[in-house]
Amino acid sequence: MKNFFKIFSFIILFSGLSLSIQAAEKIEYLKTDWSFKGLFGKFDRAALQRGYQVYTEVCSSCHSMKYLSYRNLAEKGGPEFSIEQAKAIAASFEVKDGPNSDGDMFTRPGRLSDKFVMPYDNVQAAQAANGGAYPPDMSVLVKARGGGVDYIYSLLQGYEDPPAGVTLDDGVYYNKYMYGNKIKMANQLSDGLVEYSDGTTASVEQMSKDVTTFLMWSAEPHLESRHQMGFKAILYLIILTILVYFSMKRIWSRIETEV
Amino acid sequence: MSDHEYTPKSKFGKWFNDRLPLLTLANHLTDYPTPKNLNYWWTFGGILTFCLITQIVTGLVLAMHYIAHADMAFDSVEHIMRDVNYGWLIRYIHANGASMFFLAVYIHIFRSLFYGSYKAPREIIWIIGIIIYLLMMAAAFLGYVLPWGQMSFWGATVITNLFSAIPLVGEGIVTWLWGGYSVDNPTLTRFFTLHYLIPFLILGLVVLHIWALHVPGNNNPVGIDIKKPSKDTVPFHPYIVIKDGFALLMFMIVFAFFVFYTPNILGHADNYIEANPLVTPAHIVPEWYLLPFYAILRSVPDKLLGVVAMLSAILILAALPWLDTSKIRSAVFRPLYRQFYWILVADVLILGYVGAMPAEGLYLLVARVATAYYFLHFLVILPVLGWKEKTLPIPLSITEPILGGSPNLATAKNKESLNK
Repeated sequence: MKNFFKIFSFIILFSGLSLSIQAAEKIEYLKTDWSFKGLFGKFDRAALQRGYQVYTEVCSSCHSMKYLSYRNLAEKGGPEFSIEQAKAIAASFEVKDGPNSDGDMFTRPGRLSDKFVMPYDNVQAAQAANGGAYPPDMSVLVKARGGGVDYIYSLLQGYEDPPAGVTLDDGVYYNKYMYGNKIKMANQLSDGLVEYSDGTTASVEQMSKDVTTFLMWSAEPHLESRHQMGFKAILYLIILTILVYFSMKRIWSRIETEV
Repeated sequence: MSDHEYTPKSKFGKWFNDRLPLLTLANHLTDYPTPKNLNYWWTFGGILTFCLITQIVTGLVLAMHYIAHADMAFDSVEHIMRDVNYGWLIRYIHANGASMFFLAVYIHIFRSLFYGSYKAPREIIWIIGIIIYLLMMAAAFLGYVLPWGQMSFWGATVITNLFSAIPLVGEGIVTWLWGGYSVDNPTLTRFFTLHYLIPFLILGLVVLHIWALHVPGNNNPVGIDIKKPSKDTVPFHPYIVIKDGFALLMFMIVFAFFVFYTPNILGHADNYIEANPLVTPAHIVPEWYLLPFYAILRSVPDKLLGVVAMLSAILILAALPWLDTSKIRSAVFRPLYRQFYWILVADVLILGYVGAMPAEGLYLLVARVATAYYFLHFLVILPVLGWKEKTLPIPLSITEPILGGSPNLATAKNKESLNK
């Protein structure tokens, strides 16, 4: 048994090591408490709805979210808009469809099954409109950046004047959390930029947090069921392990050797 | 194979068994005499079998939904994550399963190194194991390419380009591997095919690995030959089955923690960016389990020699049964080897660490020293140690050290001081 715990602690040590290697590369990001972290972490429903509002009113003019459909907005574990609300949201977008029986393309109001409408027709159009930089698709953005949510949250609040000696080209901005500090996206958020329907004060910090929460959900739409299932699975495994341990002791007691 | 004749009880069983001795095989597997002093480091064989089956089963389901096409692979993975029922679970088990598989195989290999399980008469088991390990690395690399993220694409580019180091035909081989002039759709489709094939090759080799094991039987912490069956052995079922099961459950708890709570921690963030041949990531790094070899590759300034060094680092293991000249198997009775064993473990961990770091300055220097030591260990230290080392007296049977308690290092040390 003693030997066994040695192995077990070895595995834990390995896990710790892999975490610390990742941590070594991190810069100090702004901290906030995320409701979705931890064993029972869940999304803050209101934050997700506000985050969606920030995305549509601010980000979506340049950033696509090609893996999301309007139906996702009403699904369990997400912003959980009602079906009617989600339908209304979808209908507020013009979707290109076709060809119809005459062979023509046409536009119609969006439906729940439609993917989020993209701001640009293609990557080239997006680059042309943004000084050569492609605004990345935001569906899995949180998972595609080393610092994850903390990075995005900090980046949105990281704009400042460049320190002396740093010259910036036209259309390039200084951000202290950006890799290399130079970013082609201008500061987008300012206090009171959006008007939250639930009366929350739309400070830059609040909006950053809300939209980052929304992005976390868009990257991990099944996070809540993952956490719930994980807890049950691990609890089940622990109980089973204990039972098997005692069965093992019982069986091995037939011979004098220790297990 | 079996040490005693077995006859099925039922008439039908006897009829069937005379034509296909499956029941004899089942009987052999349950009765298989196993040394009773095996410690928990010996449970990783069973754990690895579990890992292989898990990878095959989850992989089959993933393959039903995955599309091996350069334009659709990334999208299809997101489709699995979002719209396939429990697709996220299957994919996270498969992705983390690869890491858990390697974690287990490294423990399994280092167990073998500590207790000298590779020595006569178990050389064939060991060599089959090394082939399995090589195939595992190939499968893992090919699998990492399939999501068609940035690290997939650039990892594939770097690794396939290694073949260009071969004189004269190198460039031709790379073009042939790619199926074109860069990593592209033809590369993806063939990688998918091979990724699907290799696990079944591994499965076949695992059967041979176990078969070869069942001829001489298990090594054990004391490292001496034992009579089978005897007082020193227990039947595989139920003793080893339940013990392996217990260890497997503990392993599964760690596994589940990764899958459910930090499913992306072992992967690289860049792999959630779709492959883009025009943008090179700042650092191209392989998965953690390949890092030591990556460090060896980069520590040699010449490309061809780097590839040779990396391959030799793995293949040298196959020669281990003959490089280690000591007649004593277990490190428990080899005080000097024990020290060098732990230095080797540290050396490999250091190689892994510098493999993750940029190849420059101090990191590069450390990588070079660690690489040199790695080869020194196998080519010089092991052969010399076998001749020079003064080993401790070994017990005549495994029951002897067991009587004093558990057959671990502490007991052996106590015994040693008692002998004096």
